[in-house]
Amino acid sequence: MYPEYLAGSLKEVDRTRAKRLELAKSGNPVYPPMNAEERKDVLSKYHPDFTKGARSKIRVGPNKGEELTTEITELLEAHSMVEPRLMDIHLREPDYETDLLIIGGGGAGCWAAITAMQNGVNSMLVTKLRLGDSNSMMSEGGMQAAVAPQDSPTRHYLDAIGGGHFENNPELVRILTEDGPEVVKELERLGVIWDKQADGTMQVLHGGGTSRKRMVSCRDYIGAIITRTLMDEVHNHPDKIQVREFEPAVELVLDDKGRCSGAILYSLDTEQFLTVKAKATIITTGGFGRLHIRGFATTNHYGATGDGLVMAYRAGAKLAFMDSVQYHPTGAVFPEQIAGFLITEKIRGAGGQPLNKNGELFVFPREPRDIESAAIIRECSADRNMGVETYAGRTGVWLDSPIIDMIHGEGFTKHQFPGMCRQFNRFGIDITKQPMLIYPSLHYQNGGVEINGRCETNIPGLYVAGEASGGVHGRNRLMGNSVLDYNVFGRRAGQHASEYAKSVTLGKLNLDHVTSHVKELKANKIETDLVSPMILPSYTPEDVKIQQLARLGSAPARHSMLRSRISPGDKRSAAE
Amino acid sequence: MSRKPVSKAPAGKQDKSLDQPKPKARMVTVYIMGKRHVVPEHATIMRAIEYSGQQIIRGAGCREGFCGACGTIYRLPGDYKIHSGLACTTLVQEGMSLTQIPAVPMEKAIYDVEKLSPDVDTIKRLYPVVFRCVACNTCTKSCPQGIQVMDYIQAAKRGDIAAIMDLSFDCVACGLCALRCPAEIVQHKVGVLGRRLYGRYLAKESKELGARIKQVESGQFDEEYASLMGMDKASLSKMYYERDIEP
Repeated sequence: MYPEYLAGSLKEVDRTRAKRLELAKSGNPVYPPMNAEERKDVLSKYHPDFTKGARSKIRVGPNKGEELTTEITELLEAHSMVEPRLMDIHLREPDYETDLLIIGGGGAGCWAAITAMQNGVNSMLVTKLRLGDSNSMMSEGGMQAAVAPQDSPTRHYLDAIGGGHFENNPELVRILTEDGPEVVKELERLGVIWDKQADGTMQVLHGGGTSRKRMVSCRDYIGAIITRTLMDEVHNHPDKIQVREFEPAVELVLDDKGRCSGAILYSLDTEQFLTVKAKATIITTGGFGRLHIRGFATTNHYGATGDGLVMAYRAGAKLAFMDSVQYHPTGAVFPEQIAGFLITEKIRGAGGQPLNKNGELFVFPREPRDIESAAIIRECSADRNMGVETYAGRTGVWLDSPIIDMIHGEGFTKHQFPGMCRQFNRFGIDITKQPMLIYPSLHYQNGGVEINGRCETNIPGLYVAGEASGGVHGRNRLMGNSVLDYNVFGRRAGQHASEYAKSVTLGKLNLDHVTSHVKELKANKIETDLVSPMILPSYTPEDVKIQQLARLGSAPARHSMLRSRISPGDKRSAAE
Repeated sequence: MSRKPVSKAPAGKQDKSLDQPKPKARMVTVYIMGKRHVVPEHATIMRAIEYSGQQIIRGAGCREGFCGACGTIYRLPGDYKIHSGLACTTLVQEGMSLTQIPAVPMEKAIYDVEKLSPDVDTIKRLYPVVFRCVACNTCTKSCPQGIQVMDYIQAAKRGDIAAIMDLSFDCVACGLCALRCPAEIVQHKVGVLGRRLYGRYLAKESKELGARIKQVESGQFDEEYASLMGMDKASLSKMYYERDIEP
């Protein structure tokens, strides 16, 4: 139920709907899309990446001197959890040995394990929470793949690279778009249920920045359907894929030739450090939404703390595009309990419209995400003051969903968006009758560890795939390209890394890069109480943290409990 | 998730805000694994546990109702029933007594999807336990997603794979149904099997998809890719902004 104080604005949305429906049915854009200058203007003035303090220069490691997202710079300039000189014996006598170590149990990690197995290589998959606990599981709206006759992979290429402001790595974008149709087929072969027309034709819808309808979907549970299928397949091969849950990796291990040779894990149950020796390693740890960059609420999974970036960077891997962050245009603002909850872009793909407090359109509903988000922030800013305020102190705009059934026929929303309907029904809001209140929410790590078309990094033996990698999306990803990304590159990483693993003989394992990192921090006079990777965010109240072990007890200052560091990052919140 | 800085007042709890700066949140009393805590009334179970000072390790995942990590059972005062829900989307209530069930022991059948048939024989062989169903409907009542769980187990007994797929589509695999089931069925695992069988064998084939894959394999787009990849930013940009958009 919406509270009484929003009734006036809701009435405005109802009032303007008939006219907007007419516009939607006309076949023309319901609002003029922005040209290149307008895009540049709104981005530079309103996108959070361009606000003061959003970026800061990193003083250590391979990207030294570059401006990165501030919260990332802080994590990369933090202490390791591991004390290298105490680990010698464990490096000589590892707890586990495997041909292929996969760090991260989302979509990309599961795929990598499956394709490695198909290539005859057994693997060990370690993950921070449970297998499948990932952003992959949460994607709702769809996956881009150029399957429709009026579309083509090269059109998909142009859309993706334009959405990324022409900075994406062309080789990666080609692989992404060219593999799309095959991935759709492969997933179906594994048992994924695509939305189809009665004659078997794939249902395709628009997403932000698509020039052809290209979004294939599984109602609004695409992530859950794909990830559960992949997990089920992984679990069908317990003899070939060993899964270790609640054992996240915290540092990589190198050998005396500088090749990646495994990782140090940290058991969340026993607080033990465990050593894995592996001929090849794939990082599929996903993104970083739980760092709450710029104080934004997030759509991301509990474990999305950018751990893979930290490990890879300390081992000497170069990062790309880590100065840009994706804010999903439509995160929930009301009710407060689900603030940040992802409202799928498929809503706008199906005709949903963002509206200001007067029920007026103010942006083309399907701009690329960064543009759409910046336009919403502008509408709510003091410059325009056309946002809707909630008593919880948040501001947002309406996302008109009732118009969808008016376009596609009654029952469409209920069948195509069961997840959205359910989530809002819990709070007494029927989205087929009333709009949703939304504001941009921290959603995706555009950049990551730099990879080539074989998912290789600059460290031999280290592969990266999915959200943890950088280059596929440039500085802005389009809707549906991340689901495609983890499928395409997860598969490929498994193939390439397993091939490499077949021919490697490892040397002596070491953690010298961690020792060097400590020296580099000291040389640059960097003082910090932060230990990284963060592993899990802390939502412990501040007054509790002040009384915890690491502050009042006798635990050393670098104890892992410091992940409960008081007020990490910037304190500004999206609502302020 | 931003949290307002709080001064360290002895009164503590009343001064804390859980993303509810104003008007001031009213508090309720809940019992987390039997221990009494006072938490804001608008908190979800998950936020209430965190408000109490605990760091959740097992029992939190996507925090948005997709992953099924946070299955929780609870009782309410004056009510004999055991209720269930996801901690991330269920609000606390006065007097609620709750326990998280982050994992449910179960055996998953091992199979090669390529060697299965989409019918009752497969169900019989892999999950014979479904035939123990006594149609008590406890599974449906315990489902936090509101899924008609018993109906798809009945469908499994009939070998109606399409119905298993359709009815179990939104399953988050929290396992609460399997935990409550007096016949000890592993409903959510049967659901996954049914969906995979449907996708693999019963979904109508898409002809245009096959055609597109052939085009890609035959190198039909190679030239166009080469030209696009060779373009400088200015000409790519021109092409991008001039491209036509399907209505």
